[in-house]
Amino acid sequence: MFEVFTQLADWLTYTVLNLSPDSKLGDAAHFFIEDVSKIFVLLLVMIYFIALLRASLNVEKVRDYLAGKHRGIGYLLGSGFGAITPFCSCSSIPVFLGFTSAGIPVGITMSFLLTSPLINEVAILLLMSLLGWKFTVLYVVIGMSVGIIGGFFLDSIRAERWLQSFAAKALAAGQNKATPDQPKQEHQVLPFSQRHQFAKDETLEIFGRVWKWVIVGVGLGAALHGFVPDGWIETYLGDGQWWSVPAAVFLGIPLYSNATGVIPVMESLIINGLPIGTTLAFCMSTVAASFPEFILLKQVMQWRLLAIVFMMLLVSFSVVGWLFNAFSSFL
Amino acid sequence: MKQIKVLGSGCSKCKKTAELIEQLAHEMGIPANVTKETDPQVMMAFGVMSTPAVAIDDQLVHSGSVPNAAQVKEWLTKG
Repeated sequence: MFEVFTQLADWLTYTVLNLSPDSKLGDAAHFFIEDVSKIFVLLLVMIYFIALLRASLNVEKVRDYLAGKHRGIGYLLGSGFGAITPFCSCSSIPVFLGFTSAGIPVGITMSFLLTSPLINEVAILLLMSLLGWKFTVLYVVIGMSVGIIGGFFLDSIRAERWLQSFAAKALAAGQNKATPDQPKQEHQVLPFSQRHQFAKDETLEIFGRVWKWVIVGVGLGAALHGFVPDGWIETYLGDGQWWSVPAAVFLGIPLYSNATGVIPVMESLIINGLPIGTTLAFCMSTVAASFPEFILLKQVMQWRLLAIVFMMLLVSFSVVGWLFNAFSSFL
Repeated sequence: MKQIKVLGSGCSKCKKTAELIEQLAHEMGIPANVTKETDPQVMMAFGVMSTPAVAIDDQLVHSGSVPNAAQVKEWLTKG
């Protein structure tokens, strides 16, 4: 079903632009046109349908649902909701405080917040179309595991000790209440017209936000594809040398992107022979460990906790990378 | 005079919301003092989790999106 985009790229690159299929420029242009057109169409169609389905899901409902849940299942649920609930990263602080003041443990809240940037419908869509369903399933499982284990770890070291004092007080107050006093939202069924309106707004909103990332990401991917000499990556990094994984993680920190921008780069890196674990480590670090977001968390966490969360992410991405490089032959 | 607070961490949607309210209040000739509130403690006190949110005279009226013009007009004419 995706051949139409290959044909479009064939026609535009070789006929309209009159580039030779054997030239580097032709190769890069073909990659760029095929991926951008494919991703744009997929995004517009799929975001709309996914938004239709989840129109009635919001962070308030998730909070009501998670409040009072047993810890064991709480991390799994927190991470799962993080993957499917839409919310803008600029809302992470209010969400953190909203969860906290409902008495939800810090670890469960962090499972939610850590998984959220790693997994979302746009990322899954891109992974499916560019790297196939096996890779997608793996990516989702790993992303959720990082969130779940991270949350569990933070609770086991009693991370709530290092919250800012007002947040710690809110948490204590929330946990002392036997039943949350926030009125539960009435769970009404949305009529189709409202779902359609929500889905339309979401599609335009998300597309308006991510289209530039797609161009940048695919552009970088195309440049890698066309201009990095064949076999260069394979020769120097192809054996999954152990140091290449933490190096990739560190390289990803100052690079700030969302999943949309980085996935086309992943595709290109893997095609060029970079081992799958190294690629994953690089991408997760780019997406989830970004300084701007961490500085925001300073409003609710003390430096010490912030540093712990940051280190925890770096270590877990490296472990993910090593494991995948070690087992990639079985994939 | 209405005291209108736009709650949010300063992202572009919050700015849009504040501008929209100011503009409509001006057009309708309703005196209003629109301020942007970025303090997370205040948001917590209002129980707001999705921004931008709007509070008029310390009553929360909206949360989670840029309101549309009809909604804003309704708030401005009420009370």
